[in-house]
Amino acid sequence: MAALLEVDGISKSFSGLRAVQDVSFTVPEGEIVGLIGPNGAGKTTCFNVIAGVFQPDAGAVRLAGDPIGGWRPDQVCRAGLARTFQLVKPFADLTVMENVIVGALNNCRTVAEAREKSSSVVEKLGLWSKRDQAAKALTLPERKRLEIARALATGPRILLLDEVMAGLRPTEMNTMVALFRELNASTGLTILLIEHVMRAVMALSRKVVVLHHGQVISSGTPDEVTRDPAVLESYLGEEAL
Amino acid sequence: MPVEIYLNVAASGLLTGLVYGLMALGLSVIFGVVRVVNFAHGEMMAVGMYIAILAFALLGLDPLIMMLPIATVLFALGYLLQAGIINPFINRPEHSQFMLLVAVALILVNVQLIVFGPDARGVQTFYSFDSYQLGPLIVDASKVYAAAAALVVAAGLFAFFKFTLLGKAIRACADNYDGALVVGLNVKRLYALTFGIGAACVGAAGAMLVPIVDVVPAIGPAFTLLAFVIVITGGLGSMPGALLGGVLIGVTEALGGVLLVPSAKSMFAFGLLVLVLLFRPQGILGRKAT
Amino acid sequence: MIARLLEGVPRRGLLILLALLALFLVFPFFVGGYLLAVLFLILYFAFVGQAWNIMMGFAGQLSLGHALYVGLGAYAAAALYVHFGISPWIGLGASIAISALAGAVIGFLAFRFGIAGVYFAILTIAFAEFARIGFDHFDWVHGSSGLFLPVANYTENDLWNLRGSPSIFYYLMLAMTVAAFLFCHVLLRSRMGYYWLAIRESPEAAQALGINVFRYKMYAVVLSAAMTSLAGVVFAFYYNNLFPEQVFHISRSIELILGPIIGGIGTLVGPLVGAFLLTALAEGMREVMLQLGVDVPGVKQVFYGVCLLLVVMFLPDGVWPPLSKALGLDRKPTDRGEG
Repeated sequence: MAALLEVDGISKSFSGLRAVQDVSFTVPEGEIVGLIGPNGAGKTTCFNVIAGVFQPDAGAVRLAGDPIGGWRPDQVCRAGLARTFQLVKPFADLTVMENVIVGALNNCRTVAEAREKSSSVVEKLGLWSKRDQAAKALTLPERKRLEIARALATGPRILLLDEVMAGLRPTEMNTMVALFRELNASTGLTILLIEHVMRAVMALSRKVVVLHHGQVISSGTPDEVTRDPAVLESYLGEEAL
Repeated sequence: MPVEIYLNVAASGLLTGLVYGLMALGLSVIFGVVRVVNFAHGEMMAVGMYIAILAFALLGLDPLIMMLPIATVLFALGYLLQAGIINPFINRPEHSQFMLLVAVALILVNVQLIVFGPDARGVQTFYSFDSYQLGPLIVDASKVYAAAAALVVAAGLFAFFKFTLLGKAIRACADNYDGALVVGLNVKRLYALTFGIGAACVGAAGAMLVPIVDVVPAIGPAFTLLAFVIVITGGLGSMPGALLGGVLIGVTEALGGVLLVPSAKSMFAFGLLVLVLLFRPQGILGRKAT
Repeated sequence: MIARLLEGVPRRGLLILLALLALFLVFPFFVGGYLLAVLFLILYFAFVGQAWNIMMGFAGQLSLGHALYVGLGAYAAAALYVHFGISPWIGLGASIAISALAGAVIGFLAFRFGIAGVYFAILTIAFAEFARIGFDHFDWVHGSSGLFLPVANYTENDLWNLRGSPSIFYYLMLAMTVAAFLFCHVLLRSRMGYYWLAIRESPEAAQALGINVFRYKMYAVVLSAAMTSLAGVVFAFYYNNLFPEQVFHISRSIELILGPIIGGIGTLVGPLVGAFLLTALAEGMREVMLQLGVDVPGVKQVFYGVCLLLVVMFLPDGVWPPLSKALGLDRKPTDRGEG
């Protein structure tokens, strides 16, 4: 399968601290790929480089073969890559519908068209009953769903999810996992997700990439990766082995 | 023009600049700790100035002697302002707090207008026309005294923040609001104290400036803007920066007044402000805002 | 098209607005010169408040130097008329161009260099002050001595040159305010409106959704500046004299933001309500004081200051939101309309 997203040797430092070093991996089209690693491994930095928030110090990022490294976040979105934020950023004073319409406007020509598209997205994410409520009135799980709905509404080819499961109850998590599976199966949406909740990663990903201290230390199927000694060591520490 | 004139003008600007610096110091302290932009800063100074003028007119007291009482009054004003109006709304967005002080400034300026009228007032002390000669330099006595007073007050302020327990507690609040709360500091009270201190500075600076400038109600807003220019140029939150900025502005204003049309001299200040905001927003000695 | 315009607007609200419009249309036939001047001021402040609101309420940028655009617009049209006899209807083209350029420069400097929040506000103040002092030395417009327009013959109405009785200015201002209101109503429902609100709420999230934050902020600033300059044109021809000291003064800038802040930032009706409340109350107060024999300059401003203080402290969203609830005019905004 062709790679939709290629990350090729990217590095990023902050004031001398190397957050990400020579990281390379690919996300095949139509797949769900998990990006895992202990805290501070550089996962979110990776995301931010891909999404255009940071410029890579070195290396390239390609979307469907086209270079997008160093592009602005809005350019990256228009190219077909949407992302959510670890700390959700809803448009607090706007309603749920209005929030999603903003996203939908990315590839709809008129507001009316955007509203139509948003309706179906809002419904799919289970927020239809709250569509006229201000985003600030939503609970955290609802805000997470809003964040995803908004990103989905932009009509992306690949969706980057940053720790969406954090803070969710098991039933909510199951709903979320089922949702992503369905989106992936029915629309072929490619997903790259950062996750700490192993259950979700195992359930969703066909491929997992492991980061530690800013470098890729393992990559493969969830089974392969969880048996890799290097991965175990990074999570549990040398002594534990 | 002969070089002496420039030197004299520069020296005069330097002295006035030190007083400007003290005024800006108050603003810097308030912003550095409480993180509130005191838009009523100049207007508060005008309050101090009018008190000095009244004291002189009614009691014949020299403004420099009135420095301490005025600073005390302004301290109380600042404390009450922070405690009564700002502290209760400390979690509001930035521009909301800003507007609170805009409102206070508006009220202060116009109350001054109502009570004192728009005409300029000044104070003429026995040393108003004296001057000192230092080599080729001739400087006004009133400016020398004012500058000296400003340095003394500034030094006192530095010492307070560096060596006293209270000063260190205030600095702790500035560094880390939550941390300060956790170690049991009454942050709101310390904020009020800090605002009071900043106001006291500006009151003292006002008393020092009264022999040097003419006082009209409009002087308040003008000095608020000047204080901002100085503090942003020197570095928001940096005490030495405020003094440095003050001197810089004082000198450029003075020289600008001589080299170009006098009434255009404050354009320099604004030009400098725009440049600083663009290229070094943390100011010359400031740290990048966290 | 009218139907789309009215979509989502509560029937009661529409009726109230139409009733108000009708009232304003017939006022000049019933009120005397003084009241007409007061009504003119209300409309003027409603208009500039609306223009300022675009930058602040919609795009979230606090400008405290909006008098700059009023002044530039005023001087441009007035100077062209005084020196070349050019009608203000043509001169306003220059006003808009110059103000838009000024706005673009300020916006560019601010957004390119990441100047935001309070620093941005101070930047806007600095530019207005720069203009105030600069124009004092600008000889072509007579600097600090003031630019005077040839005084009108009040019995003859020359609409082309805006010379005539106060009522033509009144109707002009009324038309402008209504137009501004409709314009903003349409704007809020457009892509630009949605994008502005998104930028106001969270620029980071907005950018991640494909919005070119810089470009849309620039649109807001330039549009706001251009609209404000039109008020400047009317200002110049209504008062017939311009002094840099007055026109560009920071009190003008603060005056024109009082309406939207007190009425409600970011709402469509806020600037109208705020302008009305402030002006009506202030003039009412002045009347009372005149009866008492007190005529002191500055009392009105203290009143404004107190109002501002109270509103910011206790009604941070302005007077309109609670008022609209009380009138039963608030409804679930499934569509960005009156708010």
